[in-house]
Amino acid sequence: MANFFTENSDRLFHFNSLDIKKIVESLEDNFNEHKRFDYAPENYEDAMDNYKRILELVGQISAECIAPLAKSVDEQGAFYKEGEVEYAEGTKQSFETLRKADLIGGTLPRKYGGLNLPNVVNNIIIEMVSEADASFMNIYGLQDIAVTINKFASEEQKEKILPLFCKGEVTGSMDLTEPEAGSDLQAVQTKATFDEKENCWKLNGVKRFITNGGARVHLVLARSEEGTQDARGLSMFLYLKDGGMKIRRIENKLGIHGSPTTELEFNDAKCELVGKRRFGLIKYVMHLMNGARLGVAIQALGIAQAAYNKALKYALERKQFGKKIIELPAVYDMLTNDRMDIEATRSLIYHTGLIVDELESIEKTLEEKQENFFSEKPANQRERARKLSEKVELFTPLAKYYSTEAANRICYNAIQIHGGTGYMQDFDVERHYRDARITSIYEGTTQFQVVAAIGGIMTKQMDSEFEKFRKSAQGHEGEFKDVYDVLLKYERMFNKAIDKVRELKNKDFRDYIARTLIDMALLLYMAYSFLDEAKRNPKKALFARKFAMERLPGFEPNYHKVMEVDETTIRNYEQLLEIKI
Amino acid sequence: MYQIIVLVKQVPDTRDITTKTMKEDGTVNRTALPAIFNPEDLNALEAALLIKEKYGAIVTVITMGPPSAAEILRESLYRGADKVILLTDRRFAGSDTLATSYILSMAIKRIEKFDIIFTGRQAIDGDTAQVGPQVAEKLNIPQITYMQEVLHLNKNEIKIKRLIDNGIEVLKSKLPVLITVNNTSNTPRFPSIKQMAKFKKAISNSELTKVSNTLKYLSPERYSEETLIQNRLLINEWNMEDINANPILCGISGSPTKVFKINYVTLETKETKEIPPNEKGIKTLIQELIKEHIV
Repeated sequence: MANFFTENSDRLFHFNSLDIKKIVESLEDNFNEHKRFDYAPENYEDAMDNYKRILELVGQISAECIAPLAKSVDEQGAFYKEGEVEYAEGTKQSFETLRKADLIGGTLPRKYGGLNLPNVVNNIIIEMVSEADASFMNIYGLQDIAVTINKFASEEQKEKILPLFCKGEVTGSMDLTEPEAGSDLQAVQTKATFDEKENCWKLNGVKRFITNGGARVHLVLARSEEGTQDARGLSMFLYLKDGGMKIRRIENKLGIHGSPTTELEFNDAKCELVGKRRFGLIKYVMHLMNGARLGVAIQALGIAQAAYNKALKYALERKQFGKKIIELPAVYDMLTNDRMDIEATRSLIYHTGLIVDELESIEKTLEEKQENFFSEKPANQRERARKLSEKVELFTPLAKYYSTEAANRICYNAIQIHGGTGYMQDFDVERHYRDARITSIYEGTTQFQVVAAIGGIMTKQMDSEFEKFRKSAQGHEGEFKDVYDVLLKYERMFNKAIDKVRELKNKDFRDYIARTLIDMALLLYMAYSFLDEAKRNPKKALFARKFAMERLPGFEPNYHKVMEVDETTIRNYEQLLEIKI
Repeated sequence: MYQIIVLVKQVPDTRDITTKTMKEDGTVNRTALPAIFNPEDLNALEAALLIKEKYGAIVTVITMGPPSAAEILRESLYRGADKVILLTDRRFAGSDTLATSYILSMAIKRIEKFDIIFTGRQAIDGDTAQVGPQVAEKLNIPQITYMQEVLHLNKNEIKIKRLIDNGIEVLKSKLPVLITVNNTSNTPRFPSIKQMAKFKKAISNSELTKVSNTLKYLSPERYSEETLIQNRLLINEWNMEDINANPILCGISGSPTKVFKINYVTLETKETKEIPPNEKGIKTLIQELIKEHIV
């Protein structure tokens, strides 16, 4: 029986390495949840056993039910019918299978019917579902909306909406983008006005490129403050689909055909305010976006895993020149590099998930005033929460940037390994290639992730991460002493490069060189991360060596590019492109 | 509320067979193969659960086997079974289909009221398809084999569609009735993860006496039989006395079937034949297939 969990050694490696006792204890209220819900765990071992069972089950359902339907979902696609969105048959079937197995509502609290999972575990679920069918993940994974409702909505709103999510009776959609407001969300024009007579808010305007726009539950970003033009005039609204919203059309896309992308028109649509006015974009959407961005990073990782698996299988079967093509250096070069990228990405993503969990458990402790839980003072906790929150702000865009770009590369290679066959629709890799393409665009393009991450890089947030790695390795460098020495040298160079850019106070150059600095940071992080894992796994030790020998040298050209502060392009891009602005 | 009994069996997974799977004495080497829920018994359970959802029913799952067979009873609970019973006794060991159906029927007699008994068409270890029909005979109730679909059900009768060679047959029967279910009848559901988190803690008395590794996550206060019953987590075990069975009719003494000899049959291709892709080639192939009684 096929299983995306038990048959994936890297997922097992990460799951078996999880040490999340504090996080689980906090999440489970010291296992008091068990007194109210018979499916809640009684202790840490019980919780970990539940997580393992959940992952095994999702691994099986993904491999045996969702993946075999993905081709037909891609072919049929979601479609528009009489003003409504219809899912492909396979999409409905996959959702129903997961719903029946109680696998909806992963991280939501049990009091609403959820499974109360930590993010690190839920992320593995999302990854396997994406591996099976990337387009389906957009419908299943949009539970982020429920998570945002859980965090910011009133108790009354939560009790109305969240149980429906957990039962799988509704799905969600987040309505942010507009024709003139893509990456620049502060330009949102959809209006929310308070109707004194009816004592409710009403929405008017058009939203574009809205994933799953036919959903019942919508979170809408709209301008509630008449006359404002910036982010502080925007609030978030909860809208339940009724006659007030028209689905104008559904887009024809390159990939993720199973996921309907819609254009929505709100005409005096009655809605409710979520949280406080003016906090829509600056607080709630920022939070929502972090979750959604990590979600897309995970989706890309799932697609990359699927494409890699199929390329490997093909390379093992296909014979040319009297041998299997996997034996050709040019082919195993591609596959081992792809595998290295997948494993490096997975470590980065799981690490990000852990930071999110840690942050959430501290926030929970602070909110509920369980003062002694982490046996530290609230002031210290707040300080720790602030630092973790900065880490989330940095690692989320880093993860999305790296994962989605890697997925595109891996899908490209997967077709390359298949040769002409891979270009045909008979094989899955062309679908993965098309599906991967959107991941480096939606929920913030790669270029936008660079903008989001560069602040944290410039304030040297990575230092503490590198230091943690170095500390835990101290005295155990062993066969990797040489690599640790190089890394220490590079770290100093990295800081010199940051200082250089800071001193220049040249915003254009900073923005121009940002991606290079981020690449340098990721090279160091991933080299350290492999070294750290090498202690626990011989295959990781090989990847640590390969990464150090083949990728790490790429650090120096980047370093020189920063240090030389060459402005040829910045000053002359118009001339280079033969344009005049 | 309908009362439904489902008869299930834990079997070695014969879908991935190697030469080490049979012992010299002709019995199955259970250690070489993982123990699983007999696939068509999952279809039988699904048929019961579908009725439970549509008409309302109490579903009781019964299995006969060693104490380790409790695992498939837990799996039944994960999917929505209401009660489970494990028939286990050293004196049951070695039972053939005759002895097995005797033991099962004696257990069913202890359950006073039932409307439908579902069981899989056959088990993948013995492939006899005899136990279901024999149970029906011993209980003196009607039986319908190879069920495809329940068309209608009311307090007095059931209408079902069954698969026969070259077609289907629609039958009505009075209740109670025993029905064997085909693997084409439905797609067995996956376990519910919430039920699994709860019922993974369900244990039988034999498991309770040797608190095993699997129980390490159980809080100590739950080890007592009393609290387990309270939490609906005790798997009932019935032995020969519990079901009033005659020892002579159980186990080896009750089993007239004896394995005489086991032969290994290796299927391999010895010759290949090329069929030209034209009318004449196809005609010749079809004639040959008819001659060999393949079609």
